[in-house]
Amino acid sequence: MKDFEILVKRRLAENVCEYEIFAPLVAKHCLAGQFIILRTDEDGERVPFTICDYSRKDGTVRILVQEVGYTTKRLAQMQVGEALADFVGPLGNATDLAEYKSVCLVGGGIGTAVIYPQAKQLHGEGKAVDVIVGARNKSLLMYTDEFGAACDNLYLITDDGSNGTKGFVTDMLKSLVDGGKQYDCVFAVGPLPMMRAVAKLTKELGIKTVVSMNSLMVDGTGMCGCCRLTVNGEIKYACIDGPEFDGHSVDFDEAIARSRVYREHEQAHVCNLRG
Amino acid sequence: MAVVDTKRHNMPTQSAEQRINNFDEVALGYTPALAAAEAERCLGCKNAPCMKGCPVGVHIPDFIARIKDGNMQGAIDIIKKDNNLPAICGRVCPQENQCEKFCVRKVKLGGSVAIGNLERYTADWAMDHGVTASHCQPKNGMRVAIVGSGPASLSCAGDLARAGVDVTVFEALHKAGGVLVYGIPEFRLPKALVQKEIDGVLALGVKIVTNVVIGKTLFIDELLDQYDAVFIGSGAGLPSFLRIKGENLNGVYSANEYLTRLNLMKAYKPDAVTPVLKGKKVVVVGAGNVAMDSARTARRLGAEVHLVYRRSRAEMPARAEEIEHAEEEGIIFDLLVNPVEILGSDGSVSGMRCVRMRLGEPDASGRQSPIAIDGSEFEIACDEVIVALGTTPNPIIKNSMPELATSRKGTIEADECGRTNIDRLYAGGDAMTGAATVILAMGAGKRSAQAILNDYNARK
Repeated sequence: MKDFEILVKRRLAENVCEYEIFAPLVAKHCLAGQFIILRTDEDGERVPFTICDYSRKDGTVRILVQEVGYTTKRLAQMQVGEALADFVGPLGNATDLAEYKSVCLVGGGIGTAVIYPQAKQLHGEGKAVDVIVGARNKSLLMYTDEFGAACDNLYLITDDGSNGTKGFVTDMLKSLVDGGKQYDCVFAVGPLPMMRAVAKLTKELGIKTVVSMNSLMVDGTGMCGCCRLTVNGEIKYACIDGPEFDGHSVDFDEAIARSRVYREHEQAHVCNLRG
Repeated sequence: MAVVDTKRHNMPTQSAEQRINNFDEVALGYTPALAAAEAERCLGCKNAPCMKGCPVGVHIPDFIARIKDGNMQGAIDIIKKDNNLPAICGRVCPQENQCEKFCVRKVKLGGSVAIGNLERYTADWAMDHGVTASHCQPKNGMRVAIVGSGPASLSCAGDLARAGVDVTVFEALHKAGGVLVYGIPEFRLPKALVQKEIDGVLALGVKIVTNVVIGKTLFIDELLDQYDAVFIGSGAGLPSFLRIKGENLNGVYSANEYLTRLNLMKAYKPDAVTPVLKGKKVVVVGAGNVAMDSARTARRLGAEVHLVYRRSRAEMPARAEEIEHAEEEGIIFDLLVNPVEILGSDGSVSGMRCVRMRLGEPDASGRQSPIAIDGSEFEIACDEVIVALGTTPNPIIKNSMPELATSRKGTIEADECGRTNIDRLYAGGDAMTGAATVILAMGAGKRSAQAILNDYNARK
């Protein structure tokens, strides 16, 4: 097998694919919550993706990719048997929810894949685990079967009500807590506005909340500072200090503004790819 | 003996008007005639004062004597004995503070011999003539791992390989070269040339493995288990910021990020996938070589560029040549000025509030410390800010190995040969000293290579 070869490619939703990449050195020490940086081609850009799962025995790492920009769309064009130009990691710090006994995991979009290994682990340790999975519509919901055996309760919710309850993950979380559920931690992973909304709600509810920040990056090792964000008034780097932070301390408005900095450039390049 | 023209021969350059429109190398190199004429200026001093200024101890009068004789092969052989990367050093060393500082011609005899220019000429001749790697000693069975592939590491790797050691270099990025490829711009150090120098090190049998972050992908402990010694040359990775309001606005870059996007990721090319913002009016904060590199890069992307520095011109830490080149290219120096806030609108930079400074009493470094002048605040309109205030060591290795002794600043503690507090573990370059120069890092790599060999032989 070639280094960074795509061994499995599975379409999970209309614009989301799961990839299993052959990367034994990354698989050797990686842990859930850490991320990798890849380049599809020799002249490609460096883009970070969270590690969803891995097999040390097979030397493989699994990532989930939503097709939003040049590199993610280019990746979707690649086939099983082709190899990525580069695949480096594991970077950042692993998720650590060991201190909590009753956890609500909230996943939005491809963030669902990031909370799955946590559900598996916490549930395996006999802890109380509820999972809320949200998406815009039914076709974008994923991992719903897998969660069945990895949590106590799975709650599905879609913006349009095409599957599960109609509404946002925050509506579900609020109704659960209002209904008497007690959590000592909420772990929320998804689009920035979703994490901002969850953090706002849990602050009111007084529940400790951990979020996973998906900042833009170049090197991913602390060298460039591109991924910096404000946490509790201080500059932190998502790549070496994170990617997980206290959701109540993150300046989400700033993070959202920073995530949009290259939007125009990105759109121009995606057009090139189609052309 | 021929009559020697006594004035120093400057290297021809692209004109400022021409070069601000391209990323090609600024300095064009000596012609054979210029090189011969400059070599003739060397007095061949028996005590070779120039050599004491060279961190890697190149036998300067000897190689210049070979140029005089027309023996270019002899010249490159002499340089390569002490310097693994002469085409790079000939371009980026601060020679005026090193070898050329001690040249007896410096003050009264037409200026120091242009040693750096001659080194570059010799190294370029060797590349053009396909001169291959010098001979390695037979393999001695020793295996060494090197962390990082910048100047300290390449220098250490080259010396060890020549001594018969099996060397493996681990690089975190997708391309080898460290600061030589991500930091220093194409117009000052062409990347094709860096690659040729690296190819020279590979030709000695050194293996380079990219995409491996030591402290994450593999740990130092694992390397110490598998290798006879480990050298850390991971550089000074972490950029310093101003810690003022507005620093996280879109359009504020660390110099590291700005230069990495442009140099490593080639964002200056029209078809590049990696984006970079191209501001119309750019303010660079700082006055070191990295600040000059950032300012000159922004200029080439079409911006009006201001360089803001809190001290005066005399204190600017950049090489004299970089400051001159920047000025020729139209960079505007706003001296004795310090930023106090970066202003924004809609999440992007719209200006910078600054305060004027005056120089007060000398501080611990001996430089006069700048003091803000009350009531002197003013605003500069700009749409991009590049912060070039230096870097601190990358914490990844330290965090993954708490038993490794580090200073309060985060630099790895080691003796003059790079020996750390851990047996068989060595460190050098910016990871040990904090941000410095390419040549000092190379000197450290060399000393560690020697120590690694000596300690290994002593253990046997």
